[in-house]
Amino acid sequence: MSDFSFWVILSNLLLATRWTILLSLIAFVSGGIVALILLFARVSGRPWLERLTRWYIEFFQGTPLLMQLFLFFFGVALFGVDVDPWIAAWLALTFWTSAFLTDIWRGCVEAIPKGQWEASDTLALSYVEQMRYVILPQAARIAIAPTVGFSVQVIKGTALASIIGFVDLTKAGTMLNNATFRPFLVYSLVALIYFALCFPLSWYAHRLERQLHAAR
Amino acid sequence: MGYTLVFSDLLPYWDVLLHGLIFTIVLTIVSTIAGIALGTAGASARAFGPKWLDLLVGAYVEIIRNTPFIVQLFFIFFGLPAAGIKLSETVAAFLAMTINLGAYSTEIIRAGIQAVPKGHIEAGESLAMSRMQVLRYVVLKQAFQKIYPALSSQIVIVMLGSAVVSQISAEDLTYAANYIQSRNFRAFEVYLVVTLLYLLLAIAARAILRGIGRWAFPKA
Repeated sequence: MSDFSFWVILSNLLLATRWTILLSLIAFVSGGIVALILLFARVSGRPWLERLTRWYIEFFQGTPLLMQLFLFFFGVALFGVDVDPWIAAWLALTFWTSAFLTDIWRGCVEAIPKGQWEASDTLALSYVEQMRYVILPQAARIAIAPTVGFSVQVIKGTALASIIGFVDLTKAGTMLNNATFRPFLVYSLVALIYFALCFPLSWYAHRLERQLHAAR
Repeated sequence: MGYTLVFSDLLPYWDVLLHGLIFTIVLTIVSTIAGIALGTAGASARAFGPKWLDLLVGAYVEIIRNTPFIVQLFFIFFGLPAAGIKLSETVAAFLAMTINLGAYSTEIIRAGIQAVPKGHIEAGESLAMSRMQVLRYVVLKQAFQKIYPALSSQIVIVMLGSAVVSQISAEDLTYAANYIQSRNFRAFEVYLVVTLLYLLLAIAARAILRGIGRWAFPKA
């Protein structure tokens, strides 16, 4: 009975893991797209645009992700829309991810020497052209390592979606715990699966970082 | 849209919010102190201890950094009793936050220790300082000065992450929000107000930490 229970627990956790992976991927991609747009605003040199994005970043970095999830979950409901935990989790994680990625990428853009901006200015490139052809290709190289590193935070962040009823790895763990009364085993396995998802990314980010330092 | 926001329904619950706010602040302060102490011990062990201790602390750091805080919290609160260790929700919250910050600060402080020039340690030794004296006066002082900004942001991150302890019924600010919305059904208003309270806490924490930094490391 005990052996049977172990495989049931493990297989159910692994099945729920695909939702954790899927939500992480979606949040990372949509957060990245929003961050790219915000990045253009953040380094545009227009004070009001820069201030606006700074407030955005300050808000989403300065408040708990859990609160953001609640706000989206109950906020969308105000409009009389039946809120699916998927939508609320996706929205909250997108905003949260974009705030951090904008900040990370801003650092990478600012690492590009001023002369590059001035040179492309001299060539009469527009702001968007300067970013597209001169600045971003160089900044992207520096950005890869911290971006991969941040993806670990996104995966861990999705665990909070379980609180608003999103059935991910963490939620599956809670439900299995309630059904089997084997919390030590269940949460050890949950932690192990998260570790298996996150550790390769952490390790890869670390390796990329060292490569970049060696290349300089 | 047909919905009007009503914030006045929150007023009767001001004492619940205050209680939660104080709990979150105390939780953050105590686990920050304990977490940094743990991180200092961990970083010193990794930098100067035997190889097996380095590996052991390294495993602790990687396990904590690569799993969600909520899972660590659930493991401590729900999992440990099965192994005979039963903790109250408050103690479990403190423990989880300390262990979490301990892992992050181990790595941050270790980076600071590695940045201290070898010559300084040798100079300390040639002054007949003991191992502990070198660590205390030469290595850690410089290390903390270098990594202070990184450590400060990690403290704010841990404070915001503490919202999760409401899930084991520790009575923090988020718990207060859940309590109030279950009574007056003003979920959005409550969470909006509490979110802004967290924002104020984060801004205040950053200002206080900056002040402490200026006092501890003059003209750094």
